[in-house]
Parts: sequence; structure tokens; C-alpha cells
Amino acid sequence: MLSTIRNRMILIGLMIAGSIIYLFPSNQTVRERNAQGVMHDTTERRVPIKYGLDLQGGMHLALTLDTSSVKSTDFKGDIDKALTVLRKRIDEFGVSEPLIQKVGSDQIVVELPGLSDPARARAVVESNAKLEFRIADKTAGLEASLPLMDNELRRLGVKSNGAAPSAKGVAALLTGDTTRKGAADSAKSRGDSAGTRILGDLVHPASEVGFTPMPGEYAVLETAYLRTDSLLHVPAVRRLWPRGVELFWANGQPQSVGTQQWRLLYALADKSIVDGTHLTDATAQIDPVTQARTVNFTLDRAGGRVFGAETGRHVGDYMAIMLSGKVEGRPPVIQSRIDQHGQIELGNRSLAEANDLALTLKAGALPVPLKIIEDFQVGASLGQDSIRGGITAGVVGAILVVLIMIGYYRGAGVLAVVALGLYVLFTLAGLAALKATLTLPGLAGLVLSVGIAVDANVLIFERIREELIAGRSVRLAVEEGFKHAMNAIIDSNVSTVLTALFLFQFGTGPVKGFAVTLIMGIAASMVTAVFVTKTFFLLWLERRPTATTLSI
Amino acid sequence: MVRIFAHAKYDFIGFRGKAIRATIALFLVGMVALIVRGVNYSVEFTGGTLMRIAVTGPAVAPEALRAGLKQVGLGDAEITPFGQNQYLIRAPNSIGKDPDNTSVTGAAIGKALDQVIGAGKWRLDGTHSVGPKVGGDLRIKAFLAIFLSFFAVLAYLAIRFEWRFGLAAVVATFHDIVLTICFIAVIKLEVSLVVVAAVLSMVGYSLNDTIVIFDRVRENMRKNRRDQLVSVLNQSINETLPRSVLTHATALATLTALAIFGGPVIRPFALVMFFGVFTGTFSSVFIAAPVLLIIETKWPGMDGRGVKVGATKGATVRTRPA
Repeated sequence: MLSTIRNRMILIGLMIAGSIIYLFPSNQTVRERNAQGVMHDTTERRVPIKYGLDLQGGMHLALTLDTSSVKSTDFKGDIDKALTVLRKRIDEFGVSEPLIQKVGSDQIVVELPGLSDPARARAVVESNAKLEFRIADKTAGLEASLPLMDNELRRLGVKSNGAAPSAKGVAALLTGDTTRKGAADSAKSRGDSAGTRILGDLVHPASEVGFTPMPGEYAVLETAYLRTDSLLHVPAVRRLWPRGVELFWANGQPQSVGTQQWRLLYALADKSIVDGTHLTDATAQIDPVTQARTVNFTLDRAGGRVFGAETGRHVGDYMAIMLSGKVEGRPPVIQSRIDQHGQIELGNRSLAEANDLALTLKAGALPVPLKIIEDFQVGASLGQDSIRGGITAGVVGAILVVLIMIGYYRGAGVLAVVALGLYVLFTLAGLAALKATLTLPGLAGLVLSVGIAVDANVLIFERIREELIAGRSVRLAVEEGFKHAMNAIIDSNVSTVLTALFLFQFGTGPVKGFAVTLIMGIAASMVTAVFVTKTFFLLWLERRPTATTLSI
Repeated sequence: MVRIFAHAKYDFIGFRGKAIRATIALFLVGMVALIVRGVNYSVEFTGGTLMRIAVTGPAVAPEALRAGLKQVGLGDAEITPFGQNQYLIRAPNSIGKDPDNTSVTGAAIGKALDQVIGAGKWRLDGTHSVGPKVGGDLRIKAFLAIFLSFFAVLAYLAIRFEWRFGLAAVVATFHDIVLTICFIAVIKLEVSLVVVAAVLSMVGYSLNDTIVIFDRVRENMRKNRRDQLVSVLNQSINETLPRSVLTHATALATLTALAIFGGPVIRPFALVMFFGVFTGTFSSVFIAAPVLLIIETKWPGMDGRGVKVGATKGATVRTRPA
């Protein structure tokens, strides 16, 4: 079938046509979420080659269970559960072609190509979205415990950070804010007898620094936030927390009063009245009156019963709504008994954020929190730069190769260059057909392979030249040239494919892409160098059966 | 017809002594660099955080960034400016209780940048943060990839050529890997997975070159049974010389383009391959062929049968049975 030139030409024509069909820009469906947070599918026209994360921008995360705070009793089962939860969350998150898969026995890999907001994606993936409701402590137990905690810290040799209060005093004088000046004074008057205060200087009842009064609420200067957090969690201090009370930070940005940035700390009951396992539905909404973003939720019957009983008992108390161990917004007063339906107020935060919260709540909590053990992100602009650089390198490299080949082999060089053009076409079409991913190293591999793919042609041409010099006729020289060069071409390509296979097996995303491009390139170069170039020669010989010279 | 090295008759094999001395000298320089400086692994292998940022507001001095990073406990971060107002920040995942939790370091760097440059005045172009567990896994994988592909190629050569040729090719390949590692150490190249891929591609390329010459040797051994192996080797190398020059020229042309335009991820790849083209060519001629000569002298083989191996003129000529 391949014997006649006609059939060969038809086959080459079919391959070219096939490649063009595969590479023809077509409508691709892209799932996105618009600015209002509504999911929708859009179509765009583009060449159907899949770009890797490093070229189109995006995020690759490897996650595993974070057993530092919550122990996992069934590691394998928890990984599988986490995988299901992540799938649910990301399906609704709105990126096109996300990849969520288990790798090995203890890792989950999440790939979100073309992602524009990595911080949001991280939040959705990492959030264990544990919803809890806790009653705020009314006993002012923390104030009473602070001097004891300071005693313990002094015993441990911790020094107070003297700069903080004086700076605060200056700020108060400058702003002339009498409430805060009063706060600083009253803070100074507490627990002086036992010597310098440490936590006593850092933690203030929130009402003293200008917040509307509420039991169990404390304020810490944003600059002292991390220090306070670590001091409160020193094991010896942790034991001195008031009985039946746990401390939690507020979620989100610090609150400002005047020029000061405060981080709020809450003393809450150490048991939640109900948690998110009883949640059956959650939807994001905009309050028609206040325009505030809210998430409305529904609890199941059992949850509703407990919730109703507890809220009924605590009418007039403050109830904190907690997500993943942080207090969401300032705790509201319980006005009356609440049953199955409730609302979380998110204030002026974006609707997208409200949507994310609703979807993570609905997808359920992770059995054990996850931690990100590998994080690879590429910004879209960097990806664009990489593509541009790769294309420039490809064009410059290809021009040089064309000059070398035509300069040295003349007519035959032109054939080789045409074959090279087809080589690039076939490789790209192969990538599109296999839905393989083109990565940055893959792009480099493609550029390099343009320089290396001509080797097969060079081997053949050199052989033909030798045969011509040895006095063979043109036709015989071409036949012999192709025949003898075959061995070397096959051997060298097989050894390259072998190394590429191992790279594919052991490499990560970008390098895997390199291996795929390499293998595809070798297949294409065999086809073009051996089959296409030979057809060109045969065609030429047929046109000029009596030719005695060959432009090679 | 433009021809280069048309009737070349260089005595490559006769030159092997000097060539091997040159290789040993290079090897010693590389070893010194390797021992003194060690290998500079990328965060993929060591674990740590690499961030690529662009300052979009007014320019900031690297010292200011350094001070800001020190405040969040990342005093040992490396800051490399590049391009216009762009920085590479490399930090170990040393803060936080769990080095496998990569979020901590990234968040800390972000906080430091917000403080020094101002929130919204810098853009994150890319980040790669790797915990020690993932890094360790990758080290094992990279090692396995190199090790196993080496043996797979060995097995293939054993099937396609007889073992004498295969062994000679393997010695040459081993030489290439060692010299490339020396090269990486000398120019202080950061070893990333892309560089490992380059080393493996270099192995394929170099082997390709050896195979082309050995293919010709095998053919010439059968054709010119009366010749000495030394002259068969020389003849084969000389005959394949135009091919070598052409192929290496086109490969170097594309590699040069990649090194210049390819950007920071691809440049190391191009450099390693660039070196690989030279060492691969060198090893095919001055390592593979002489080693084959030694092996064939000691254990004459099937393809060498009939060739006067290492014998003086007038020695008996073994002939192949018809």
C-alpha cells in the first residue's frame, strides 16, 4: 500500500488534514464564576492544546491530613472522606478542568488551572469549615486569670514588651481620645502589685478601648497579636485559662478604633451547643434591608431540637458563630429561641466570600484539617512571558536550523525543512489528540527537538552522499541511503524514548509534560524523516527519471 | 555540494591519551568544586519556599525587604533581584511548628511584603513551596529516574548490540553523567527537576551519538575484515564526522536560542544540554571507541570476528565461516 507514490502522497495528505482538524481553533467550554458569584459556562475559541499550569497560570497543591490538632483514627478513611469533601467544594468553586486526585496513600493533589484568585482557592481548600455555636462567657473570668498568667510567665522568664504601652499612651495623647486614655490608665491599675504585667498589658476588655460593651470580648493590638497568641498558648499559661472557658480569635481583618488596629479575642464556653454536622443546607444571600452579606442555613431535626432548647435557655446572652475555630463577626444577642433556621451575618464582605462559605458549609466539614505540603503557583502574566519566550526561542532556533540545513544540503535541505515543518505540526496535533499537556519544559523540549529531529535527515542525507560518491546511480543511492541509515535512527530513538518513559513515570507535572512532548516528538520525527522525506525523494525521482545529479 | 570533512583521515584513536588526560583534569576541577561548594539543590528537593514577586508601586531596596523578612522570623531568606523591580525570595520553611505545613512561610513572606512594600503594591508572579516530605519523595524519584533509565538503556543496548559495544557505550554515558555533574558544580547551577530532565536528555543525546558511530563500526568491521580495529574505528569516526558536525550544529543552534530567550526556568536546561552536546561528542569519540578497542582486544567478539584485533601485520586472519 505504501509502495506507490500516489498512496504515500494520499497518506501524507490525510495526516496533514487530520493534524489541522485537531489543531483547528474550536469552541471550548469554560466554567467560570462571575463577579456576582454566579456560576456559568462560557465558550471561547482557541487552539485546543492544553497548557500546563506553568504556562497558563494556576495552582497546584499537594495536601495531607494535619494531625497536629486533631488526631486521625482512620488515616486512609479520612483521606478518602477529605477527597470527597474537596471534590464537592471545588466542583462548585468554578474553575475549568480542575483536577482532584489521591496520590499514593496519604496525599491529595488539587490542580486549578487558570485560577485568578489563589488566596480564595487556598481558603476553600484549607478551610475545614467547621461550624459551631458557643455562648460567650459572662463571668469576666479572663480578667481574673490574667495576673496569675503573668506570674507564671515571669516565673518562666518572659519579659514584658515595655514599648507597647508607652506607644499606646502617645497615640492616645495625639488623638486626644479620652476613652482610650482611660483604657490605658485602667489597664495600668490592674494587677500592679505583683510586678510588671505581660499579658495584662496586652489583653484589654474590648469595652475599655472603645467597643460597644459585650461580655467575654477582649481586644489586643494588631501589632501584638502574634505575641499574645503564642503567650496564651504556652502550656503553663494554657492551664490557667478560666474553668469552662476557651479563648478564640475573631476571623478576618483587625477592627480599627481611631488610629489603632485591634484584634478581638473571645472567651467562650468550652462546649459548642450545636455544630455543622447537623447542617442540611446553606445559601448565600444579600439582606434586602441592610445589604449585608449573609449565609442562611438549615439544621436537621435533631440539631434543630438541641439548638432550640439551648438558645431558649440563653435568651439575652451572646452567642458566637464560629467557623474553623475562629469567631465569625461580633457575637449577636440571642433575642429568642432559634430552631432549625438561622443566619450568619458577614457584614460588608463580598458575595463571592459568602458563596464560598455556603459551599464549604454544604460540602461538609473535613474529618481532619488538611495542610498544604506543596504549593506551586504561577501567575498568569508569568505564564504569558514563558509562552512568549518559548515561541521566540522556537522561531530563532528554527530559523538557524533552516539556514544550516539549506546552506549545507541545498535542495535536499529544503525537503528536510518542509519535513521539519510537518514534524512540528504532527507533534502539536499529537499533543492535542492525546489531550496531553504542554508545559514550559515541554515547550523547551519541542524547540530543542527541532534541532535534534533533523538528525534523522542528516543521517540519511550523509548516507546518500556517500553512496553517490561511491559511484551509485541517484536512484540506488537514495534507496541505499534510507536503508542503511535506518538502524542508527531506530536505535538512537529507542534509547531516548526509554529515558523519556522514566522521566514520565517519576517526574512532576512540568517535567512529565517534557517527557510527553519528547516521546511525541520522536514518533513524529520518525514519520517525517523516514516516510515523508522519502516520499519527496521518490516524487522528485519520478519527475526526473534520468537525473544523474542530486541537490544534496 | 558543500562538503565538510569530506575525506577526513584524523587519527582520533591515536589522540585518546591526551583526551583522557583532559577529561581527568576536568573531572578533578569538578570534584574540587563539588566538595568545596556542594550541590545547590532547588526548593523542590530541599523543601522551602521560593517566591517570585514584582513590585508594582515605587521601587524598594533589597535591604528593606531583608529587614522586613527578618521581622517575621525569616532572617535567612535569600533575596535575588532580577529584571525590573522583580525579586526572587527563597526561604526555608523554618517558622511554625510543622515544616510540612507550607502555608505558614508563604503567609509570613506575604505579611512582610505587605509591611515593607505596602498591600496591593506588589504582585505574586509565582510561588513554589515544598515541605520536606514532598522534597524527600522527589529526591528519591529523581534518583530512581536516572538510575532506572540508565539500566533500561543498558538492557536495550545489550539486545541491539552485543555486550562489548553496550559496555563501551555505558562507560561513555557514565563519563558524561559524571562530567555533567562536575559542570553543574563548577558553574554553581541550581539543581531542579528540570536540570535532572536535562541530564537525562543529555544521556539520550550522547548515547545517540555513540550509537551512530558504533553502527558504522559494526558495518565496517564486517565490510573490511582485513583491517585493524584501530583503523576501523578511526575510519568510522571520520566517516560519521560530517553528520556529527551538522547534527551538533543544529542542536547547538536551538539550545543557544533557548538559553537566550527561554527565561529563568529553561536556561539551566539549555546550559546543561549545551555542555552535554560537547561532552557527548567527546565521549563517543574518545571514551566509547577506545574502550571498545580495549574490550575487543581482550575478548574478541562476534562482530569483531575476522578483524585483526590488536595484532601486528601478518598475524593470522580469522575468517567468518560462509
